[in-house]
Amino acid sequence: MTDPGPDKLFGVSAEYASAERLLAAVHEVSREGYTKVEAYTPFPMEDVSTVLGHSDKPVALVFLICGILGGLTGFGMCWYANVVNYPLDIGGRPHNSWPAWIPITFELTVLFAAVTGAIAMLVMCGLPRLHHPMFDAPNFERATRDRFFLCIEARDPKFNPSDVTTFLKRTGALSVAEVNA
Amino acid sequence: MSTPLLEQVDPVVDARYTYGSVTDDIVRHVRPPVSMTWLFGFAIAFALLMLLNYAVIWLLIWGVGIWGINIPVGWGFAIVNFVWWIGIGHAGTFISAFLYLLRQEWRTSINRFAEAMTLFAVACAGLFPLLHLGRIWLFYFILPYPNTMDLWPQFRSPLVWDVFAVSTYGTVSLVFWYVGLLPDLAGLRDRPDQGIAARKLYGFFSLGWRGASSHWTRYQKAYLLLAGLAAPLVISVHSVVGMDFASGVVPGWHSTIFPPYFVAGAIFSGFAMVVTLAVPMRSLFHLKGLITLRHLDGCAQLMLVTGCIVAYGYYCETFTAWYSASPYEMGMMWDRWFGRYWPLWWILLICNVLVPQTFWFRKIRRSPWTLFVLSILINLGMWLERFIIVIQSLHHDYLPSSWQIFLPTFWDYATFFGTIGLFLTLFLLFCRYLPVIAVAEMRELVMHKGSGAGEEEEPHD
Repeated sequence: MTDPGPDKLFGVSAEYASAERLLAAVHEVSREGYTKVEAYTPFPMEDVSTVLGHSDKPVALVFLICGILGGLTGFGMCWYANVVNYPLDIGGRPHNSWPAWIPITFELTVLFAAVTGAIAMLVMCGLPRLHHPMFDAPNFERATRDRFFLCIEARDPKFNPSDVTTFLKRTGALSVAEVNA
Repeated sequence: MSTPLLEQVDPVVDARYTYGSVTDDIVRHVRPPVSMTWLFGFAIAFALLMLLNYAVIWLLIWGVGIWGINIPVGWGFAIVNFVWWIGIGHAGTFISAFLYLLRQEWRTSINRFAEAMTLFAVACAGLFPLLHLGRIWLFYFILPYPNTMDLWPQFRSPLVWDVFAVSTYGTVSLVFWYVGLLPDLAGLRDRPDQGIAARKLYGFFSLGWRGASSHWTRYQKAYLLLAGLAAPLVISVHSVVGMDFASGVVPGWHSTIFPPYFVAGAIFSGFAMVVTLAVPMRSLFHLKGLITLRHLDGCAQLMLVTGCIVAYGYYCETFTAWYSASPYEMGMMWDRWFGRYWPLWWILLICNVLVPQTFWFRKIRRSPWTLFVLSILINLGMWLERFIIVIQSLHHDYLPSSWQIFLPTFWDYATFFGTIGLFLTLFLLFCRYLPVIAVAEMRELVMHKGSGAGEEEEPHD
């Protein structure tokens, strides 16, 4: 393979045969001081995410904010309809009969939180994105089956194609390959 | 690593599975050559779906008068079927959300198809209130939208709550199911044994999922939160359905036991449907190593628990009728036990109270086909329960002069069996085009319980 130069490179990927091997490699990568690293696994591996320092922080916040907004929308709608816009006097009962509006408030809380939260999660992951350089990595179709991949990306400050390649080969990878951007 | 003794003899997944073989075994049934069994099932289901089509068109032409409904029985089969289907639709999200939050490992191989079952059951359920309107094209009257009549829906009415509850439940279940499906759609996209067009389609719907660890982190957080939101939602939906009845003044409806008793009944019937679908599926698709006796046992135990709550509900209703000293309540209850509809009530008691008691025996919980037959009896019993609640209560209200017998017509049956066709059609299509078991979650389970990567290969470069 001809080297297209480091600026055209997405990164260097390594393929591992088992979860245990990948985890060991991830530990080595972080000891070596690489920071722009992504692992690709056929199922979630919390240890790997912890070592690589991935954070789930904003997801829960979006769920919370959208949930509160949904609740306010639900309650506000019932309140506006029954108190402000179309008050009905039913035997002198209070217009602001809030207990009767709790089911709708609850339903809209859940609806807003779940739908927006799920969309926000995808957007934070940069999805939908139908193509990605990693799909060109050799054997990558097995990343959704039984192989474990690691990619040190070119935007890493310590990145140097030949060093990274030699280093990854030492971590017990089945194969190491440069991935074009 | 020491595994508990029960784990060794009674695994949630066959210990010989590797990441690769578990994937292949589940995905093998996705887009295989059409088998005669599938085609036969699909032909029946599709014929019933066409019957639904026919019944609905006939309804649109002539109106709800083609059904057996009358005054006082204004809520006929449509509401019976609505409550029955929405009840069945409870097990999927219960399994996915509650059992996920409780970290029950045995949930993993049944959650995907149970969620699909939920979606299809909710679709069937959602049809009935619309059809029951008679003028389906005006259904949007019940939604809050700016209109020239300057009117709002009655937000204090459980019937309006129901619109919000059921539509939210359907939407959130779909989102939950789709998010869970993403990694498996990506898995299908990456399989060389699928055709080019299919892989493109799966690729499109997988939204470019590639299993990146930073994605997994957010994904898992979102999935956990969705489960946390879906869990109270399951409870709320059938509670609201219960309140539809409880807030009415009809003897036999006006009871505070309804919401909890309806929720228990819903989970009871939902698990019965899970068993009804799981038993044939695990033998047809050779999934016995994945949907094991342990799973059926778990479902049967949950049916036993919820069955007991349902039995308590029957007891409580009867007791309250007597304790109320209200002649209307007592008259209704006497009519329920010994009146025109007595055979249905007694069959109901056998199906919903006696049948689940057999689940005390481990032997019965672990014989799939016995369980299959019993689960069908429970489905029948739960349908009869809704029939009794809706129709028997209504036909015997306050004024003897207005008492009337409800007799279903051909169109009542056609619509009901038609929705069974809709349900089965959707389910059979699902079995053919999507993995019935959550593959990524199974691989995770295999890492803990199975052989992991299997034999490691030598480096190949």
